[in-house]
This record gives sequence, C-alpha cells and structure tokens, in this order.
Amino acid sequence: MPERDPNIRKKDFEQVNCGYTQSEMLKEAKRCLQCQKPLCIHGCPVGINIPEFVRYLSNNNPKQAVIVLKQKNNLPAVCSRVCPQENQCEKFCILAKKNESVSIGNLERYAADTTARDDLNDVIINKKDIKIAIVGSGPAGLACGGDLLKMGYNVTVYESLHNAGGVLRYGIPKFRLPKDVLDLELYNLKKLGIKIILNTFIGRTKTIKELFDEGYGAIFIATGAGLPIFPKISGENLNHIYSANEFLVRVNLMHSFDFPNYDTPIYKARNVVVIGGGNTAMDAARTALRLGAKNVKLVYRKTENEMPARKEERIHAKEEGVEFITSTNPLRFIGNEKRFVKAIECMKTELGEVDNLGRRYLSKIIGSDYIIETDMVILALGLHPNPTLPSLVDGLIVDSHGYIITDDSLMTSLPGIFAGGDIIGGATVIEAMGMGKKAAEGIKKYLKNN
Amino acid sequence: MYKIINTEEIGPKIKSYEIYAPNIAKNAKVGQFVILRINDTGERIPLTIAGTNLEKGLVKIIFQEVGKTTMQLASLSAGECIKDFMGPLGYPTEIKKYGTLVSVAGGVGVAGVVPVIKELKNVGNKIITIVGARCKDLIILKDELRQQSDSIFFATNDGTYGIKGYVTDILKEVINKEKIDIVYAIGPVAMMKSVSEITRSKNIKTIVSLNPIMVDGTGMCGACRVTINDETKFACVDGPEFDASLVNWEELISRLGLFKNLEEIAINKFKHNQGCNCCKK
Repeated sequence: MPERDPNIRKKDFEQVNCGYTQSEMLKEAKRCLQCQKPLCIHGCPVGINIPEFVRYLSNNNPKQAVIVLKQKNNLPAVCSRVCPQENQCEKFCILAKKNESVSIGNLERYAADTTARDDLNDVIINKKDIKIAIVGSGPAGLACGGDLLKMGYNVTVYESLHNAGGVLRYGIPKFRLPKDVLDLELYNLKKLGIKIILNTFIGRTKTIKELFDEGYGAIFIATGAGLPIFPKISGENLNHIYSANEFLVRVNLMHSFDFPNYDTPIYKARNVVVIGGGNTAMDAARTALRLGAKNVKLVYRKTENEMPARKEERIHAKEEGVEFITSTNPLRFIGNEKRFVKAIECMKTELGEVDNLGRRYLSKIIGSDYIIETDMVILALGLHPNPTLPSLVDGLIVDSHGYIITDDSLMTSLPGIFAGGDIIGGATVIEAMGMGKKAAEGIKKYLKNN
Repeated sequence: MYKIINTEEIGPKIKSYEIYAPNIAKNAKVGQFVILRINDTGERIPLTIAGTNLEKGLVKIIFQEVGKTTMQLASLSAGECIKDFMGPLGYPTEIKKYGTLVSVAGGVGVAGVVPVIKELKNVGNKIITIVGARCKDLIILKDELRQQSDSIFFATNDGTYGIKGYVTDILKEVINKEKIDIVYAIGPVAMMKSVSEITRSKNIKTIVSLNPIMVDGTGMCGACRVTINDETKFACVDGPEFDASLVNWEELISRLGLFKNLEEIAINKFKHNQGCNCCKK
C-alpha cells in the first residue's frame, strides 16, 4: 500500500498508509485465487469469509464486500488497520509460499473506508426483551455488544473513561488509527441500538450486584489490561520517566500535543529512550518523534527477531528515524539533583541455550555496562490486569497473575458473568474481539438455558 | 453532563460545590475521591469527596483555586454543568475503633478530614483535632470540625487564630501529654511529611491521604505512582491512603512539581482569556 514519506509523516499525526485507489484495489483483489478450500479463513480469529469479500471487491462491489465483513466483524475499519494480518489470514494465503500473499488487510480497509458513511447496517429483527451489560468499551466489549445486538438483545456498555473505545481510543495513536474512523464505527453501533454510558467504573460507581438488580440478564467483563508494569529497578520513579500508557493517554485521549489549547500538559523532550519491543513501544517512540524529539532510541533486551511488534511497525519506526538498540537491558535510571532522569545505565545481553519449553535464556554480559544519556524515558513493558473490579466481586475467581478465570464459553466462576479480552489474558485487538464474539455465543446459550 | 446544584464560597478562593451524581452519592465512602473534567478541552483532576447527600443524589467537593482547572471550576455557577465526573475511586478509609485519634488538617485538607473524623467518632474514637492554615481566613469548616472533635487546636503562620506556629508544634505537645493510638493527616505534602517525622520517632501509626498528579485515576497510567516501603504503588488504586512512615516524601514532592512551567502557561492563558468577554469559555 502506498505510504507517506517518512520525513514528512514523522512531523504530524496523519495516517502513514494512504489507502488504495480504486484501480490499485481491483488489481490486488483480482490476484486472489479464490481457493476451493481457503486457508486464509483459518488464520482469522473471527472467521471472516475472506474469499467472498475479496470476490465482491474484484467485481468493484465494496458495499456487498462490507456486508460479508460485518457478518463476522463489527469493526472492519479498525481491524484492517491494527490486525497483524501477516501472522493471521495473510500468513495462510496460498500465495504466501511465494511471498506474494494477497494484501487482505488493505482490501478490508478499502471496503470499510469507501462504505463508511453508507447506511449498511442490518435492521435488527427478532428483538428480545433481555438486557445485557458490557463492562468496558474496548475491542472485546464492542465485539461482544455488536454480536448480542444482532441477536436481538438490548445492550448497554459501561465505560469508566470520558470517551469510548478503550485501547483504540487512548492507546493506538491517530497515525495508525484515525479517531474519526473509530468514531464512525461507534456511531454505526449506536445506530444499531447499542447504548454507551461513560464515566461509570463498574465495581465503584455501580456494583455488579446493582447491575443484576436493575434487571440485566448477563454481564460481560471486558475491562482490558490494567496496570502498567514497572521494571523494579533503581530510579524508576524519577521525573520524566513515564509508562507508555501514561504517555499515550496524555497524547491520544487528552490531546496534550495541542497544549495549551487542551489543558493536559506533556513534556516534549529532545532525547527520548523507549524501553520495550512491542507495538506499544513502537507507538510511543513514533509519537515522541511527532512531538518534536530529535533523537529517539528504542532499547530492547533481546534481538529484533524476538520483538513482539509487527514487522510493519518496526519498519515504519526505523524509516522515521527511531534508533534500535537491541540485546540491551536497563540496570538503573540516573537522575540529576532535581530528580529528573538524565541517563540510563544499561548492560548488553546475549541469547543463551534453548530450554525444554523452547524458550531462550537471556544472559547478561558481565562488564558490558554503559550509559545512555536522555531527557525522558518511556517504559513499554506490558501490563498487569487491573485488580479493582475482580477484588470487589465476591466469588469471582482470578489466577495467580490476577487474570479472571473462565470456562470454554468464557463464563467466570459466577453464573451469568462472562469475561474476555485482556482481563483474561490476550495480546491483540482482534484476539480480544474474537473473545468478545465467543462470549456473545456463550451468553446466548446461557440465557436460553436459564 | 453533571449539574452543579449549589455553590458556596467558604474561604478566600475556596469553594464548596454540590454536584448531582446519584450513582456516586450512593456508593461513595469516606476517604474516596472523584476525577472530573470540566469540558472537552479540559484536563482530568482528582478531588476528595467532602460529603454526600444520598436523598438528593449530591456529591460535595471542596477546592482551592490553585491551578487553571480549579480557577475555571470556580468561575462556574449553580445550574451550569461539568462534562465528566467519575468515582468514587480509591480505597475508603478503614473505619474502626482505635482509641484516641489525632486528626491533623492543613489548608483545604480540612475538607477531607471532616467526613473521616465524623465516621471515626461514630464508632467510639476520641478525636483530637489540630488545624493549621496560613491565616485565620483560610481556616475552613470550623464549626464542622468543632462538632466532630472532642478537643480542637488551631495554628496559623501569622498567629491570627490559635497559636502562632505550625500544627506540628501542637502535635508534639499533644503526644507528650496523652497516649495516642493513631494519627490521621491530610494537608500540604510538607505538612504531612513533618507530621510523619514526629510520629515515626514516637512509633505512632499515621495514615496520610496522598494527592499526586493523576490522569485517568483508574490504575491505567501510573502517573500517580509513589514509593511506599521501597515499592512502586499507584495512589489511585492502591491508595489514596498510606502508612506515612513508609512514604518516600522527597520523591512525591518532586513529582508534584513535574509540570510547574506548563501549569504556569495554562494559568496565564486562562487569566488572559478571562480579561475580556469575547473569548471567555
């Protein structure tokens, strides 16, 4: 897909990929071999009928293509942008063997974008008089809510923040997922009948018991991953050391890049070090560039091959000038006399033997300590589940890490309460959406039997 | 939208608002806080819940005009609305019988102390209250404090009310005279730190309510992290109350000043826009 020049795009928050023109789309769609036994579908966590939607596109019928997409996926404009297609559908494409797999994600985006403002939504028949509460308006919650709506249920989504979308709102930057794309998907769900109630922290503002007392037949907990992980090393709370979540929430949710027109401040550092190797680390590094940083270094403990971030994001980050420092682990943060971070003491690492579980040990190279000077550090080391809601519900069982335990239908230890997405352990937006859909099926079955 | 039902000026640049938020009023317990955002361009700030009116569905907040957001909040009138108002957040204060309790309140910290000592008195604690402020006018909620306290002392920097000096001067005397089971302190960080230094040397358990910078207030960002007993904790979900003797005070003081320059810019811009009517709001 055509992309904007790295030297221009790194100065703004506009999208990196430009999207297909009609002729580019047609050319790509026609490459699909329309396999008799399509493997790509098996690579899709929500089971989209990929050859069918691509066929409609090859006939230049995006309206029909999007109807096929929306049978399985309530947020195609979002997923086309944030799914790691190269590890999912595109990986299983028969053409992948020749390294020429069909760009399914780009085609999905074309279908979703060109029809975004059309009135495509299915009219809901067979409406039921049963209310279901969803806790959290991120990918898992919206996927579950969308499916339950289509089944005819009355769906209310509770969100603790002042804007809906979860990680799609506060986490993923505009240059990867423009917020009007998200707003439009939310608008379409609302038109379908979903109710979204903001500023409501279930467990605190309203309890789970109160929800049942109000007549909800089932509850789906999709509160997402919660607390950012800190490395537990000296100096981690020095000034201008941020979690990636804080940095991204300030920029994406609070619009701090436009301070003082918006009230939330952000520190615009000249030299930034991001620690981590996932998509969030890439998002943070590239956001730092867009805030005006001159040098952005990304420090990762293993080699680039082990980075969990998508290849595309790694390439984009490097093109824009993010310097990768791999096989390096921070030992401590060093501050100045006013407690502002000024440097990181690091140590080189090397990958060791493979253990019997297939994991490679990481060993530190003694005597390899060195200093990286910096004005700001962003820690993108992952998240622990937020303990607040589970701790406030008697009988809701969590594992030793704090993830809610569920059965095969995603029902928790409490009847009628289901859970999915990062609060039960997951990694990507589409995986969370897959769990949301599964929970919707589970809820349907539960309500039939009770 | 959350409607401001009543406003009252209870001190110079100190206001008490009652906001219509029935769900919060129903579930709030003493020691908890709310996060509010005035409008679409606003920032999220935490404020302690100073009381609730269950029948009318009201939540009371008391604030001093110190930053751009509190200045803007103070410019609103009854009948106007706040865009976002979310809570109750954080762990509530543990209410049980300790015996003799000293509550230390500094400045607008009084707003957080009043509901706490009311509950603690109800379960049979003897309450000795020490109140500090820069001058007489800045002592708020005097009647409420008196009502909830078995005995009460005042200290002002200029001596216009009570003794001339600090709450810690009184605290030392009280501790020397009588066996104290627990101290509960809310106020400026420097005050809480000084209280903690005194009580730690006497081995008196001390609870403080911390007020670091917050963004989401739900555990998501870690802006409010504080070091407690050498471990990183989040004030929003692990607090806001902590054992004072375990708090890294220097770090907290430093982190509170993180955005001082930018806060100054926001205040100046707000004041400038207040000057004329054309760009107001």
